[in-house]
Amino acid sequence: MKILVPVKRVIDYNVKVRVKADQTGVELANVKMAMNPFDEIAVEQAIRLKEAGTATEIVAVSIGPDQSQETIRTALAMGADRGIHVPASHDTEPLAVAKILKALVEKEAPGLVILGKQAIDDDSNQTGQMLSALLGWPQATFASGVEIAGDALNVIREVDGGLEHISSKLPAVITVDLRLNEPRYASLPNIMKAKKKPLDQVSLDDLGVDASQRLTVVKVEEPPAREAGITVASVSELVDKLKNEAKVI
Amino acid sequence: MSILVLAEHDNNELNPATLNAVAAAAQIGGDIHILVAGSGCGGVADAAAKVAGVSKVLSADSAEYANGIAENMIPLIMSVIDGYSHLLAPATTYGKNILPGVAALKDVAQISDIIRVDDADTFQRPIYAGNALATVKSGEALKVITVRTTSFEAVAAEGGSAAVEAVSATGDAGKTTFGKSELSSSDRPELTSAKIVISGGRGMQDGSNFAMLEKVADKLGAAVGASRAAVDAGFVPNDYQVGQTGKVVAPDLYVAVGISGAIQHLAGMKDSKVIVAINKDEEAPIFQVADYGLVDDLFSAVPQLEGEL
Ligand SMILES: Cc1cc2nc3c(=O)[nH]c(=O)nc-3n(C[C@H](O)[C@H](O)[C@H](O)COP(=O)(O)OP(=O)(O)OC[C@H]3O[C@@H](n4cnc5c(N)ncnc54)[C@H](O)[C@@H]3O)c2cc1C
Ligand SMILES: Cc1cc2nc3c(=O)[nH]c(=O)nc-3n(C[C@H](O)[C@H](O)[C@H](O)COP(=O)(O)OP(=O)(O)OC[C@H]3O[C@@H](n4cnc5c(N)ncnc54)[C@H](O)[C@@H]3O)c2cc1C
Repeated sequence: MKILVPVKRVIDYNVKVRVKADQTGVELANVKMAMNPFDEIAVEQAIRLKEAGTATEIVAVSIGPDQSQETIRTALAMGADRGIHVPASHDTEPLAVAKILKALVEKEAPGLVILGKQAIDDDSNQTGQMLSALLGWPQATFASGVEIAGDALNVIREVDGGLEHISSKLPAVITVDLRLNEPRYASLPNIMKAKKKPLDQVSLDDLGVDASQRLTVVKVEEPPAREAGITVASVSELVDKLKNEAKVI
Repeated sequence: MSILVLAEHDNNELNPATLNAVAAAAQIGGDIHILVAGSGCGGVADAAAKVAGVSKVLSADSAEYANGIAENMIPLIMSVIDGYSHLLAPATTYGKNILPGVAALKDVAQISDIIRVDDADTFQRPIYAGNALATVKSGEALKVITVRTTSFEAVAAEGGSAAVEAVSATGDAGKTTFGKSELSSSDRPELTSAKIVISGGRGMQDGSNFAMLEKVADKLGAAVGASRAAVDAGFVPNDYQVGQTGKVVAPDLYVAVGISGAIQHLAGMKDSKVIVAINKDEEAPIFQVADYGLVDDLFSAVPQLEGEL
């Protein structure tokens, strides 16, 4: 079985983003970028399925500017077998990403697509669900446990109230949550080897997908800042402040 | 304009998050209908009919909707959606799981996690863990929207008298079967709607130490939350996680204990009215958002706090 893993290049999670002065977006110039952390978990899961003999090939896909190829190389260094880069603007909306992925699924015929539950830049949490609806495949979102036996898929999902167990059949779409696994680091030799792994480009035209934006970003602004607080010297002072100043207890 | 709000429920009770989504619908303006899809969910449909400002309830009562399986819910929503200008659901794991599929099949963009309604087409939503707020405008014929519940004050659960209309079931898509759920049960208030939340982080060192926080919570009528690190370490279950990729809370009082204040954690609690931080490291970033900071060892401060309440 082949597994498709879409990996998105995003601002590194440690970076505190800054809104551009002209309020058109956030500052991306000279900012450290990295693979979306959820996608690292998705790649790791695919590798584990391959190590377990369930999967035979892992294809990492990224949609975005040329630098997205670095993100694909990271996936290859972790253990993916080959990459596909679809050149597009960095803010391709989830619906367009889902359509692109659908077209790639039709070309590549994977048995499983594993995505992150959300990208930490736009926090949309849409792409996997959209893809499964477009494909008519089962969807297992927010996975913290994945088990595959034959074409049976059992997933544990993280939901607001706790956990949920569901079963479906492959082919399917999975979106992963934080606790599914701990992604491995790529070793130096594997980073070197990854440079030789195949990475193809496929254009939007090849795929026949219209990726034009549906939403207009009117403005991007800073959230209101919180007023500076005070340091209290003791628990007694804290309780007094909460009772008599803030009046919240 | 008419707006369809997808009700979240457990077949017995309407989840209050639905009332926040209805509040966003009311700000958009127009006829508000609620869709209740479940199994043996007549009581929920009746409750939805009483929600203030709602003019109609669509009720789909059939076995395939018992557990909110997205592949069964999506065809149902598709069967009733024509004529609506907006489809809303709370931005909970329930709403996030179901709505994007409808948007995809209707070939429209979804706007996730809105925190403000400017007009019927324009909405504000947080991006980059809330470090930026984007105002986005949609020209789509159907606006599919998930609503951040903490940003919209719930409408009244009583006062309305909508008609309940049964809609035909669309059948089991046969794609996913529900096994079981393992829900955390607690007598304490629900995390996202509690007036007071006390959360513990990696500094708690061990799950058993959360008992200290629970004692304080019980005195204050508070919910207990946690940082990702505390959940990852297995101190508490996943549904305790507050943050960018967990739950968003905005209580009157948020007490962060042994939590450093990473961007991802702040994203889930920085809209709280009053923030208290208890941390032994005076450099911890949590103090930058705290109204009251106490630099102290939590193992002495928390029991003392409990004693003084
Ligand atoms: C200021 C601003 C506001 C915006 N607001 C909205 C909005 O409200 N609604 C909207 O629809 N769009 C919006 N956009 C467009 C936005 O760029 C897209 O939402 C975003 O690029 C894709 O969403 P996401 O990555 O958060 O998707 P998610 O659905 O959160 O991503 C989930 C998973 O999908 C996969 N994936 C996503 N993108 C790619 C990719 N490019 N390549 C490979 N895999 C990928 C990954 O596995 C990822 O983990 C906005 C853009 C800007 C600049
Ligand atoms: C993709 C992604 C998503 C994430 N999503 C979330 C999320 O939703 N929510 C979230 O919380 N995090 C999230 N994180 C993790 C986040 O980056 C931090 O790692 C996490 O919040 C740290 O948790 P913490 O503050 O409990 O632990 P630490 O950062 O280790 O802080 C522990 C604190 O406890 C203090 N302490 C230790 N002992 C004591 C003591 N005896 N008395 C007093 N203080 C003490 C220390 O001084 C320290 O400040 C995410 C990360 C990624 C990459």
